[in-house]
Formats: sequence, structure tokens, C-alpha cells
Amino acid sequence: MLIAPSLIAMLGFLVYPMGSVIYYSLQHYNVAKPWDNGFAGLENFRTLLFEDPLFWQSLGFSVRWVVVEVVLQLLLGLALALIVNESFVGRALSRALVFSPWAVSGVLTTAIWVLLYNPFTGMSRYLADMGLMEYGAAPLANPDTVFWAAVLAELWRGVPFFAILLLADLQSVSKDLYEAAAVDGASRMRRFLHITLPHLRDAIILSTLLRSVWEFNNVDLLYTLTGGGPAHQTTTLPLYVAQQAAQSHNFGYATALTTVAFLILTFFSIVYLRLSKFGAKS
Amino acid sequence: MRGARRWQIYVPLGLYLLFTLVPFYWMLVFAFRPRGSTSIVPWPITFEHFDTVWNGMGFAVFFQNSLLVGLASLVATTVVALAGGYALARYAFRGKAAFMVGMLCTQFIPGALMIIPLFEIFRTLSLTNSLWSLVIAETVFQLPLSLILISGFIRNIPYELEQAAWVDGCSRLRGFLAVVLPLLRPALVAVGSFAFIHSWNNFLFALMFINDQEKFTVPVGLAYNLGENSVDFGALAAGGVVAALPVVIVFAFIQRYLVQGLSAGAVKG
Repeated sequence: MLIAPSLIAMLGFLVYPMGSVIYYSLQHYNVAKPWDNGFAGLENFRTLLFEDPLFWQSLGFSVRWVVVEVVLQLLLGLALALIVNESFVGRALSRALVFSPWAVSGVLTTAIWVLLYNPFTGMSRYLADMGLMEYGAAPLANPDTVFWAAVLAELWRGVPFFAILLLADLQSVSKDLYEAAAVDGASRMRRFLHITLPHLRDAIILSTLLRSVWEFNNVDLLYTLTGGGPAHQTTTLPLYVAQQAAQSHNFGYATALTTVAFLILTFFSIVYLRLSKFGAKS
Repeated sequence: MRGARRWQIYVPLGLYLLFTLVPFYWMLVFAFRPRGSTSIVPWPITFEHFDTVWNGMGFAVFFQNSLLVGLASLVATTVVALAGGYALARYAFRGKAAFMVGMLCTQFIPGALMIIPLFEIFRTLSLTNSLWSLVIAETVFQLPLSLILISGFIRNIPYELEQAAWVDGCSRLRGFLAVVLPLLRPALVAVGSFAFIHSWNNFLFALMFINDQEKFTVPVGLAYNLGENSVDFGALAAGGVVAALPVVIVFAFIQRYLVQGLSAGAVKG
């Protein structure tokens, strides 16, 4: 009885919608063109695989985006967690400050970084005033720089996620192990490689997986920061779906894209957990 | 790792702090300095931009809406997850293992990709353009993780404590309220503030399910400011401060519990 509300909520608003996604994906369903609606079979999927270059382009960008973000966030997050795990003066305050972007929304991140990147209001103008670079740099409008400009903004709010999770796990490493290793003359690097990393193993696997899925799915930042542009260069697959649904009202096709995205994610997650032997402490 | 030298901590930490804080500072400068100023300190300080966004652009209403959705999601998530988490921790029932696996799987459901079916459901329930659609969607997406966290916590509380209360004549409910609930405070703080921050920040659901400007939430209002052709940067920054303030305050209070809560409850599963 106690679990009924959870069960009903999740069946009604997670499982049932997932089923209806698959149902819609087999339909022609376009709110703007209701006269064409009807059963479509696998036609949406055929269009998507063979006739839609934007599908492949957005999938490619999604993969690049996820890999770059997750790797950089993990490395920086791990370094940050190790630093704030040391004892030093001002530790509590430092933790609160460096973790704080975690609580900030994608739209707010965009608002802040738009101010920073804008050629008139941004950093570049002040750097140009000092003679360090040329006036008029607009990282978000330039196809050469837009990717890294977006990556940097997402890093800003993404690193704390890893730092918090890894710090939580670091605090459960037994101090005795380090002391014993230090007595045996193990260098700091060796202690890190042989004690810290193995201990963090499962936390790293789980957090990278959760984060990959999250980075793949999340659209807030790119939707508002670049709108997927310039020229669809920063369109991820979910962003493409959102645009299909919101602008072209082509629900049938958008749900076919959704289904493919879900299959890709599930497949990736299973393979990742298998390959990484999650839960098998050596 | 023991024995790192001072500078090995302070130099990288200082650099990272710079990366974290400069963007916040930039927003504050634009929010508080007068229109047309190019100073890099917010001085002379002005509140004209806050007046513009709060009264002129309707952020007062957006703020209220976001607060309502945030608090309602907080209460709904915590209560439902508390009941479900207790059941998962204390009762054996058929399909429990399947339920746990199912909850983990929901983490792979692309939230952003659920907008279409959810939109259809809310249309059937005549909940589109209603703040309740946001509360429901938020709560459902917060539930799996909250359930896992809370049931992990309850499992760590010795069952004997509760049984002792029953022996003393407490009902199951009273035993729970008197013995278990007080011990759950860190978990409740973590789950509740997660739910609040998530729903406060959520953009896509609010963008898709709400059409009426009277019912916009703060992120949607902020995105509107961004979309204007001639962006008023002072107003954009002031709107940003309004959006940041509640979550940053909540976060400053809970980040300690967050680290503790995660290391105590989540990882052991």
C-alpha cells in the first residue's frame, strides 16, 4: 500500500508515455498536417535512417559532445575532489563556492555566458582594451569556436557534479591504508594509483554513466545558448527532437527519433556496465 | 592523500575558484551597475534593472509560480518517496527486485524526449497550461532517485529501534514518526532540496506545457529575455540574479549534507 503512489506515478507518467512513444513512432502524426495522419509502419524510421542527413549529423554531434564533456568533467571533477578533500584553512568555504554552479540551471548558465561571450559586454572587449586581443570576437557566432565556447560553459556547471560525488566516496577511504602505504615508502602517486583509484572505481563508473546519459539528454543549455546553430552545428539528437516537436509539430517523426535515441542509450548503458565490470571489485 | 604542500593546494584551487566565480561576478556587475556604464565594478550601485525585471517584465509573477511549483514538488516527492522508501526497506513483497531494477532503468529514460507523450497525457487530463502539470512531471522524474536514497537510509536504521517502540505500545505509524523520521533528517534534506532545485531550474517542461505568460516560471522568463532581438543586458543579468538567489541560498545550506548524505546512503544501494 505504501508503495502504491510511487508505482502509480511511475507507471502512469514514465512507463505508459514510453509505450506511447513507440506507438506514435509508427504513425504519421503531424499536428500541422492532420489530413496525412495514419498508420505509417516503419516509414518514419526509414526516412530517419536513409533520407535525413540531420539525424546523422545531430547523432554525431551528440556523441562528440558527450565524450568531450564527460571526460573533461571527470578529470577536473576528480582533481577538484582530491584538492578539497585535503585539510587546509578555508576548506568549508572553498567547497561551498566551487560546488555552487551545480545548483544553477542551464538557462541561467546561458544568461551568464552570453554576457561573457558577447562582443560588447564580454570578457573579450576588456581584453581588447588591454591590447591582448582584437575587438569584435564573438565565440558563439563563429563556427570555428562555437563548439569549445559551449563546452566551456557546460563544464562550468558540470564539474561540481563529479566533484561532489567523488568527494563523498573519497571520504570513505580508510586513513589507515594511506598511513600503512606511507610507512612502506609508497610515493604519493603510487598511493593514488593503488589505493584511491581502485576505491573510487565504482563511483567513477556510475557517475560517468549517469552523466553521459544526462549530457546526452539535456537540452536546456544548447537550446538557449546556441539554438543548435550556427547551421545546425551544435544540434544534439534531443535538441533536434525538441525542434521537430515544437516548431514543425511533426510528432510522429519526433517520436521515431525519440525511440532511436532511447535504444541507443539503453544499448550504450548495458555495454558500458558490462565492459567496465561494474560492481566487481578486484 | 596526506602531505600535499600548501601551494599544491592553493594554486590549483585559486585558479578553479577564479573560473567558478568570475562568471557570477560578471552577472553581478551587469545587474547592479547603471545603464551605459562600462565600469568593471558595480558602482555606483543601482536597482533600476531589478525594478525593470521584477515589475516591468513580470518576474514577480514568474518567481511566485516557480516557488509554488518548487515547494509543491518538494512536498510531493518527499512524502511519496518516504512511503515507498519505507516499504522497500522494511517489507518483502513480490516483484520487489524487479521494481528496483525498473527504477534504475528509468534513469536511462530520456526526460527531454518524453515531452510529446506527457503533453498528450496532460491534454487528456486538461492539465496543459497548468502549473500542476509541472508539479506532476517534476515529482515523477525525481521519484526513482529519491526512493533509492531514502530506502538506503531507512535500511541503515536498525529495525530493533522500531520494534522496541511497538513493544512499548506504539502503532506502526507512531513508531515510524517517533523513531525513524527524526533519524532521517539528512536524507529528507537531501531529497527535498534536490526536488526543489530541480524543479526551480527546469526549463523544458515549463516551456512545452505552459503557454500563458501569467504562468511562466523563472527559467522561461529568463529565456524570453535572451531571445529578444535587442537584449537589455542589465535586465538579463538582474533576471539571472533573481533566478540564482533561491537555489544558491538553498545550496549553500545543504551542500554539507549532500556530501554526507551521498556517502552514507546512496552508494551502498
